Amino acid sequence: MNPDRRSFLKICAIAGGSFVLEVHETPFVHAQARRNFAPLPVEPSAFVHIAPEGSVTIMAKNPEGGQGVKTHLPMLIAEELDIDWKDVKVEQADGDRKLYGFQFLGGSTATPMNWDPLRRVGAAWRQMLVSSAATSWSVPESECTTKAGRVLHSASGRSVGYGELVAQAAKLTPPALDSVKLKNAADYTIIGTSRRGVDNRAIVTGEPIFGIDVELPGMLHAVLQKCPVFGGKVKTANTEEIAKLPGVKKVLVVEGTLTNDPILPLNPGIEPGVAILADTWWQAQSARKRLKVEWEYGAGTYQSSAAFVQQAADALKQAFGQTIGSYGEAEARLQKAAKVVAATYSYPFLPHNTLEPQGSTASFKGGKLQIWSTTQDPAAVRRLTASITGIAEPDVTIHMVRSGGAFGRRYVNDDDVEAAWLSKQAGRPVKITWSREDDMTHDSYRPAGTIGLKAGLDAKGSVVAWRQHFVTFGDGKRTILNGGIDPHEFPAGYIPAYQLGMSDSIPFRTRTGPLRAPCFNGRVFVLQSFLDELAFAAGRDPLDFQLELLSHPPASGFEVQPHNPFSLNPERQRGVLEMVAEKSNWRIRKKGEGRGMGIAAYFCQQSYFAEVAEVSVDSRNRITVHQIWAAGDLGSHVINPREAENQAFGGIIDALSQMEQEITFAKGEVEQANFNQQALLRMRQVPKIEVYFRKTEFPPKGLGEPMLPPVIPAVTNAVFAATGKRIRTLPLNRSGFAFA
Amino acid sequence: MAITLNVNKKPHSVDVPGDTPLLWVLRDVLGLKGTKYGCGIALCGTCTVHVDGRAVRSCIMPVRSVENRMITTIEGLADTEIHPVQQAWEEIDVPQCGYCHSGQIMSAAALLSTKPKPTDADIDSAMSGNLCRCGTYPRIREAIHRAAELLASKGGTR
Repeated sequence: MNPDRRSFLKICAIAGGSFVLEVHETPFVHAQARRNFAPLPVEPSAFVHIAPEGSVTIMAKNPEGGQGVKTHLPMLIAEELDIDWKDVKVEQADGDRKLYGFQFLGGSTATPMNWDPLRRVGAAWRQMLVSSAATSWSVPESECTTKAGRVLHSASGRSVGYGELVAQAAKLTPPALDSVKLKNAADYTIIGTSRRGVDNRAIVTGEPIFGIDVELPGMLHAVLQKCPVFGGKVKTANTEEIAKLPGVKKVLVVEGTLTNDPILPLNPGIEPGVAILADTWWQAQSARKRLKVEWEYGAGTYQSSAAFVQQAADALKQAFGQTIGSYGEAEARLQKAAKVVAATYSYPFLPHNTLEPQGSTASFKGGKLQIWSTTQDPAAVRRLTASITGIAEPDVTIHMVRSGGAFGRRYVNDDDVEAAWLSKQAGRPVKITWSREDDMTHDSYRPAGTIGLKAGLDAKGSVVAWRQHFVTFGDGKRTILNGGIDPHEFPAGYIPAYQLGMSDSIPFRTRTGPLRAPCFNGRVFVLQSFLDELAFAAGRDPLDFQLELLSHPPASGFEVQPHNPFSLNPERQRGVLEMVAEKSNWRIRKKGEGRGMGIAAYFCQQSYFAEVAEVSVDSRNRITVHQIWAAGDLGSHVINPREAENQAFGGIIDALSQMEQEITFAKGEVEQANFNQQALLRMRQVPKIEVYFRKTEFPPKGLGEPMLPPVIPAVTNAVFAATGKRIRTLPLNRSGFAFA
Repeated sequence: MAITLNVNKKPHSVDVPGDTPLLWVLRDVLGLKGTKYGCGIALCGTCTVHVDGRAVRSCIMPVRSVENRMITTIEGLADTEIHPVQQAWEEIDVPQCGYCHSGQIMSAAALLSTKPKPTDADIDSAMSGNLCRCGTYPRIREAIHRAAELLASKGGTR
């Protein structure tokens, strides 16, 4: 198959990639171009500050939302700078692309985008320090070595600390980053060793380090009551009465700046509503309870989950809206197959539920804006807030503040735009803090999807054809954000004949966006469950069945490109499958009454994961997940191993948690508003988890997302093994199941 | 009307309506921002503090109901530089985003004050009211067991 690469990108660059428009053209599009993305500033001075007494401050360039980048990216610099980690102090950088290059949280990109350039920043500094020492000693640089923050000249027994050299070194022109010499991996003393989170002490002692904790002199606290239907406007509101309530300083009817286009961009503008600004948040929130608004609900009131289900079922009965990918005469082969298996799967809209709700603090004064943002994408905050306040982008200063979870929600930056605009209106600093209800009912939801599948097996039980009809939301020409599909999703390319169609004519008018492992988080459940169905129909072990698929030479257009990190390398996928099978004793597993194991694997965000789940299911269809084994291939190095293990635990638990969650719509309104209507996994439900990393020769990749998608089908496949019942609809309760 | 609060062993007089949740008095009146807002309906546990040594959800606790009672927040948990539960959290490297951990630590400290050697079942029952959206639960469990060891070696259960 040769899918039109450009049309694929149109559908999925914003969809599959998780990647938002402007930054993302570069890193996520052309494989060849990817090496040159993020040209890093050649001023290592922005990243490293050495004090005369020898202490070293390293700037953490990326937003920190729990992925651990504030610790492990500075580790890369420290390694090549050759300093003792205990002498390092880490500080969060401001959002400033000129100094720090791409600053971005998403797509598991921190490691792949920074592995090379940040090590070179450290090495460039080291080179300047060595050069300064060599000059002062009048010896060749080649005779000098470094260790733990000192330059050594072993021939003469002299040594000098970096702090004593820094004044001289800082005067040198930094070497070109691509010219500096990097360490041999065998000499690493920091990379590959576990280092604790640099903010741990502040976190455990309750220091005010999160976005919600920012406090400015003279600041007002804001809430913004929006229409229950996304985009609805205020007809009338009792603003005069509200303005008289205790502590209330200002009440504004917000016209909003929303686009009229139903295919919404990630940040479609300020939603209309009523803003209440008060001395404390509780005063603003209390005043809101007295607010009476008559809404102009607008065009979105038709949205109904019950109707969406019916529309998707209807669409599946029709021909594809368009064919996205096709090779090898799938229809003809299905006709001739010895056995045909067909099934329909679906997954729901999902919220992000960051535990810290959306919020931002802004100070607009004298035509300049300062903002304290928990964004995943500071460059977007700069563009959006400059635009809404009518100032030039260089007049925005972005302080990046630790966020209480991101997961894709903090790409939207609606909170930042609101804070900036409100501060300008109020003429004072403003902190907006969304309530949980605001957060859950005005999210950028993971789109729901429905997939009809049909596959044929030959007499020997091999798959000969695969037909997939993906039903999503859109206007028939354009798909909603993150509602697209990638025609390269495995098993595409590894089946002799394949046909992928899409229908995107169900209209939708509520904001959607990326959620951790976008696209894959829903679809891998479907694809890896259906493969399990096929293995069962073929009378084969699901592991062998998948290994065999991955051993076929791929179809034309799917050639293995081992050095293109964005293309599936079947050897690596087999590697993690074999590893997880060994660790879980898959091949000698026993079948027990109501107890079973399931397996699944996937490649996404440049990394490979396979997972096995062991579950038991009681007579009332309550599932206990006993254990998850995970094997990941992130390439040659795991920079901070215990942090990586923690991150993998988290992604696995997140996946389990997703299995019971959904967002539904009635009369255009989101029906879930708080945690009483959204089941998040709790301590008593957490299984034993074992995580293993398979080291391979490839450059290191990220771990924010790839562990997540295969967990869900590993569990549902285990439920099938335990009960013979196939879960094809999520959340679990829609299939008659629940976690115990 | 002024309400007298005893927070972290210090008296405070606050002039707020009596039905204001303790959480917002701590955060926005007393400036103790370690206690976090998550849901406002006592379902996530990020706002957990101690009242007379017991873990309570401050987001639904009217401030008048805790007048003259002993309130402890994350900022006042440690008698010395750091409490053994905080030390265990650091040592085991529990946090990811970190937002829930003030509440987790307060719940864990309350558990350990009544059960110095908690079993996994004790941990499940005491900690299931505290959500961790990042999924650090395995590390939280490990850290609670570690904190129990640290407390035992110090000969105190607090």
